[in-house]
Amino acid sequence: MAPQKILTYPDPRLKQEAEPVERFDEALRELVRDLEQTMRAGPAAVGIAAPQVGRLLRVALVDVTAREAGSLSRSAGRARAPDSARKIEEHHGRMVLVNPEIVTWDGLAVGREGCLSVPGYTGNVIRAEQVELRAYDEQGVEQRHALRGFEARVAQHELDHLDGLLFLDRLVSRRSDLFRRKGNRRG
Amino acid sequence: MASWYMLTLIGKDRAGIVAAVTRALFEGGCNLGEASMIRLGGSFTIMLMIQHDGEVDELERLMQPAAQSMALRFRLDPIEGHRHDQLTPDVQITVFGADRAGIVAQVTGVLAGAGLNVLDLRSDVAGGEQGPLYILHIEGQALQGVEALRAALSASDLTDLEVTIEPVDTFIG
Repeated sequence: MAPQKILTYPDPRLKQEAEPVERFDEALRELVRDLEQTMRAGPAAVGIAAPQVGRLLRVALVDVTAREAGSLSRSAGRARAPDSARKIEEHHGRMVLVNPEIVTWDGLAVGREGCLSVPGYTGNVIRAEQVELRAYDEQGVEQRHALRGFEARVAQHELDHLDGLLFLDRLVSRRSDLFRRKGNRRG
Repeated sequence: MASWYMLTLIGKDRAGIVAAVTRALFEGGCNLGEASMIRLGGSFTIMLMIQHDGEVDELERLMQPAAQSMALRFRLDPIEGHRHDQLTPDVQITVFGADRAGIVAQVTGVLAGAGLNVLDLRSDVAGGEQGPLYILHIEGQALQGVEALRAALSASDLTDLEVTIEPVDTFIG
């Protein structure tokens, strides 16, 4: 049990569809522990999916609380927590998502994403603003998660990995989102 | 060791400019880096990072035939190149209003004073000849935080413009 090597694009395993988990056994729980260690060893990652460490199983982890600890741009130590913390007040902490499915979704928004498997690049992607997930935890207990905003975007990014999709598959042009945001005119 | 150059190019827009220029560079042994190529007004413009083994005059000779055949003007500058040096924006700003002189200077002046580092700025003119509308879109880094930008803007007298300042919450997953 240890942090695993992260596959990076163009590794072909990142473009394959992952298989559903059939046994909720110790091997699955070890995979979840490995994923968690790998995610936390990374640069401020808030999610990870099993295909990213070369395991083609429908298992993902989301924990947006890591977002508060790290800074993405080269601005470590800068006092800007109020801005970045504001959007993720509402979250579920650590979520293990085994065989996850999106049951319902609502709204669309453009957000900026990066990926452990695509180092050194971030780009704009359109995601649902709200999603309801059905998934199992590592014990095999069915869970429902109603996610919004930042956390919902992260979960959709991780679920994409299970279908062999990267955020690069969903990039939108920087020019296409001029009026995407709501509210807060003139601050 | 191959050096990096910045190509700056402009010409009347027509089909095939990108293909002709990049083909000449490729066949001359160049490797391309990050680029911005866009039509502005009736002109086509290119800013392109080029990695090349030779001197700048050799690179110029590579470019000449394509430039002449398509009536393009260009210059080449040696740069302290990095193949890749992307900074992640943490703020995005949209501004629009009836077109007038001074919008860019005034908005960026106020925001620069509150710590904005511009990474990407694009603007368009919309509307008809009778009522042109100026649209500005900026991605950047709020070196003093997004609230500092909002506060500076609220204290300014740019009341004829609609301005939206939003944090960009990038995640790694």
